[in-house]
Amino acid sequence: MSKILKVQHLSKTYRSGEHDLTVLNNVSFEVESGESFAIVGPSGSGKTTLLGLCAGLDTTNEGEIWLCGQNLFDLDEDGRARLRNENVGFVFQDFQLLPTLTALENVIVPLELRGVKKATAHGKELLAKVGLQNREGHYPSQLSGGEQQRVALARAFANKPSILFADEPTGNLDDETGTKIEDLLFELNKEQGTALVIVTHDLELAKKTDKSIRLRSGKIEETVG
Amino acid sequence: MGKNNTGFSWLLKMAWRDGKASYGKLLLFVFSITLGVAAVVSVHSFSGLLKENIASQSKALLGADYVIESDKPVNDKVMGIMDSLGGADAREINFMSMAAFPGNEGTKLMEVRGVEGGFPFYGDLETSPTSAANDFRNGGALVDAVTMLQLNLKVGDSIKLGAVTLPIAGELETVPGSTSVFGAIAPPILIPFEFIESTGLVQTGSRIEYKYYFKADEIEDMALLDEKVDPILDAEEADLDTHLSEARRLGRRYENFGKFLNLVGFIALLLGCVGIASGMGIYVQMKIKSIAVLKCLGASKRQSYLIFFIQIACMGIVGGLLGTAIGYGFQQLFPILLGDLLPVDVDITLSLQSMVLGLSLGLAMSVLFALYPLMKTLYVSPLQALRVVQETQSRSKWATIAVGLGIVLFVFCFSFWLLGDVMRSLFFVSGLLIVFLVLTAVARFFMAMLKKFFPYSWSFIARQSLKNLFRPQNQTLVLVLAIGIGTFLISTLYFTKDMLLEKAAIEDSANSANMILMDIQKQQVDGVSNTIQGAGYPIIDKIPIVTMRVETLKGKHVEDIRKDTTSQVGRWILSHEFRVTYRDSLINSERILEGDWVSMADSDSDVPISVSSDFANMAKVTIGDPVSFNVQGRIMNTVVQSIREVDWSRLQPNFSIVFPSGVLENAPQFGVMTTRTSDDMGSARLQQQLVRQFPNVSILDLKRILGLLEDILGKIGWVINFMAFFSIFVGVAVLMGAIYSSKHQRVKQGALLRTLGAQGAQILKMIAIEYAVLGFVGAFMGVLLAVLASTLLAYMLFETAFTPSWVPFFIILPAITLLVFALGVGNSIGIVRNSPLTVLKKEKE
Repeated sequence: MSKILKVQHLSKTYRSGEHDLTVLNNVSFEVESGESFAIVGPSGSGKTTLLGLCAGLDTTNEGEIWLCGQNLFDLDEDGRARLRNENVGFVFQDFQLLPTLTALENVIVPLELRGVKKATAHGKELLAKVGLQNREGHYPSQLSGGEQQRVALARAFANKPSILFADEPTGNLDDETGTKIEDLLFELNKEQGTALVIVTHDLELAKKTDKSIRLRSGKIEETVG
Repeated sequence: MGKNNTGFSWLLKMAWRDGKASYGKLLLFVFSITLGVAAVVSVHSFSGLLKENIASQSKALLGADYVIESDKPVNDKVMGIMDSLGGADAREINFMSMAAFPGNEGTKLMEVRGVEGGFPFYGDLETSPTSAANDFRNGGALVDAVTMLQLNLKVGDSIKLGAVTLPIAGELETVPGSTSVFGAIAPPILIPFEFIESTGLVQTGSRIEYKYYFKADEIEDMALLDEKVDPILDAEEADLDTHLSEARRLGRRYENFGKFLNLVGFIALLLGCVGIASGMGIYVQMKIKSIAVLKCLGASKRQSYLIFFIQIACMGIVGGLLGTAIGYGFQQLFPILLGDLLPVDVDITLSLQSMVLGLSLGLAMSVLFALYPLMKTLYVSPLQALRVVQETQSRSKWATIAVGLGIVLFVFCFSFWLLGDVMRSLFFVSGLLIVFLVLTAVARFFMAMLKKFFPYSWSFIARQSLKNLFRPQNQTLVLVLAIGIGTFLISTLYFTKDMLLEKAAIEDSANSANMILMDIQKQQVDGVSNTIQGAGYPIIDKIPIVTMRVETLKGKHVEDIRKDTTSQVGRWILSHEFRVTYRDSLINSERILEGDWVSMADSDSDVPISVSSDFANMAKVTIGDPVSFNVQGRIMNTVVQSIREVDWSRLQPNFSIVFPSGVLENAPQFGVMTTRTSDDMGSARLQQQLVRQFPNVSILDLKRILGLLEDILGKIGWVINFMAFFSIFVGVAVLMGAIYSSKHQRVKQGALLRTLGAQGAQILKMIAIEYAVLGFVGAFMGVLLAVLASTLLAYMLFETAFTPSWVPFFIILPAITLLVFALGVGNSIGIVRNSPLTVLKKEKE
């Protein structure tokens, strides 16, 4: 197995008024292709900051991140955007569907950005896979939370990404719906061989992954697996 | 790593997908552009059409291909020139005179036109009955149709012109060469040329015009003829007008008014664009999460920027197209509003130029004004999709400056294109910038003061509504701008119209005249005085008039000045027959600018005269410069002793040149007298009596002229107000856009307040106070700026004291405040009608 994500000596410091606030301190870990990986920790431990950095949504000048063989900090913003479009999928806690686009339109945006032909047909297949074949013309506001997260999953897997980042994917859902979404997430992960990086405070969810790290005050406190 | 593979079509698709879900907001932006473009296109297109119609009907307006005219009988040299041109095809003598209608004792000042030959060669002599157009040539008169109606005259009745009495052959509907504006003061009468002499009205002092009409071959070059013959005729105190030069002259007269209206329309468009810029700012703010998500999914900065840029461009195109269509509709109204002030019938069509103008204006303006708020999309971090992040990078300073300069440059270029004058365009842009800056400063100052001296002791409702005025993403600035500019325009126009009318108005005092009697021969002075006083009216002024022409200026003969191509002296000075008076004191419309006033003099040495500042400017003379005059054959040497400023707008006899007493008393002269009649009946009786006894005396009834002036200004005012209301309409659109844009904030706030126990009426009161304050501040600043601008206009242009009328303060100000209040409250009523949960759910959608 090759390494899809490699994080080395990563630190992130914010300036807060007169003081420096270190949210990540010398973090290193690796994720193999097709592997599922969890980042757990209490609120304020730096989980989401770490996810943002790993996905190239933010930058820092301490440490290195290699994503799909590319050093993220060697790329500019548009370069990182292209890398995300070709290799990365996202699932957010609050779904983050584009409110002005229908379910189907939301799913096909990443495909269209890559210039994939027959994006609509492919998008319909994906929606069918998450059980929303009858809701393709609905806007996000017309869907329930679980349905919105399923659309988000379909969108995340649309590009057959090499790696998928999920930020508290079940955080905004009830237990029953949350479990369904988790199952769907792992099913697609297995089916497509996509590496999965999940940020969560849900230890039960973390246990389902191949590996996990526990963060506390910006440092890795424990590595499992 | 390669670029992502999307093309322009994907951007278009995304712009469409996003736009169709936000069409409510975008529609209001489109509406703002539409109204602004409609204002510009309607005026621009109509001005163009008017010019084209004047050009295409130029021959009909003149009645011939060209005309040679002079205010005295032409000399042999001019006759020779006319012969060399093949001889005149028709001739005319015209002058103003009182006409009497013996049948009903009526009298009226008319323009008597004695015509001969086949005039008019082009255009129609429209008469009723139609046959009268030819029948009158056998010894009848054609009398203006409106006059016949007013005086209850019928075909076959008699008309008395001086010593001649003629039967009325028909009603005169239209005749080339008589304008309807002038025709309202002295309507035309056409009589055969051969009767002119026997009227006995051609006497000393009569303002007579001799015209010779020519028909030319199709191939004859009018411009060349004008260029070659006119300078020769100038030297002989005659003038050549071709149908082309006549069209140009007439076109220019309407062009300035058109340019002014265009600017008013352009301001409406600018206002709409300010609204777009502000609305776009909020729109982009609302889209930040979506932009962040798009960037997460791999969209580049450029792509996310272009999605919204395309939306704006499309809005501009749609607004431009709709505006052009509505502008086409609006221009149909101009002929109705302006009525007979237009010299020709205008065929309303939609020109390609207008369409291109509307489309490009809509596109350019909306894109230019949206560039600044759109820049924000470039700096949205994809991290925003995960969590709220503080913006670390704001818009580039240089890009901001470049956009600002781009807007100013575009506004300047467009103004220059409209006005064709750099200085005027600069003034316009500077004036506009000042108004914008003052209103911006006032809005900011108002918010700062409100924050600093916040009335914490006031009730919750009042405090909450005032706080809304400076909350984040507030609309205070844009609303104060929109309301302020609209009110400023309307109020300034109102004040200006007021000033114009007030200046022209007759002073309502016993000493001011309301009737002027002209062309009184020297031997008639006592008789006319006796008649006026016998009727019980006073003689207010007896003004002697001597006609003369300039012979030399600063020692140089007018002939030599004419030949000198570098001379800056106005041609009018060289050929005009001046009507000069003499007196020992200044009158109320005059004040000395330079030199000393001389009351008495004798003709032994150079006579010290006083000239008006206009004469001094055109003749290029100053104090001490010698000027000699040809006073009916005798050369009189004078020296400029004083320069006067003359208020020509006063309805009273004013003079360019005034001699001191003691010099011209024995020169051949005629007189002007003024009197004040008590009422219309008395005035009519006196006129009848004077016309019977002194048929050559012309009478100007100032009350009637003032009435006509008010009528004309009223019509022009209508059009101006019509255009100014565009600004208000655009202001309303901007206002609705602003309300709509900020609605989500209010809705959320209102629903939360209701959840916490606030009643619907309380929330509505908050909104009502907020909009009432906004409306009042904007409208009050608009009126205040209008007072300042009008004071400047009064001081610099009209040279008069300015007392603001109460109408803008007590009608325009409350009306606009009420409008803003009603729109604001009306648009927010949904917040209190539904349950908080419904509102919040709807808001989420």
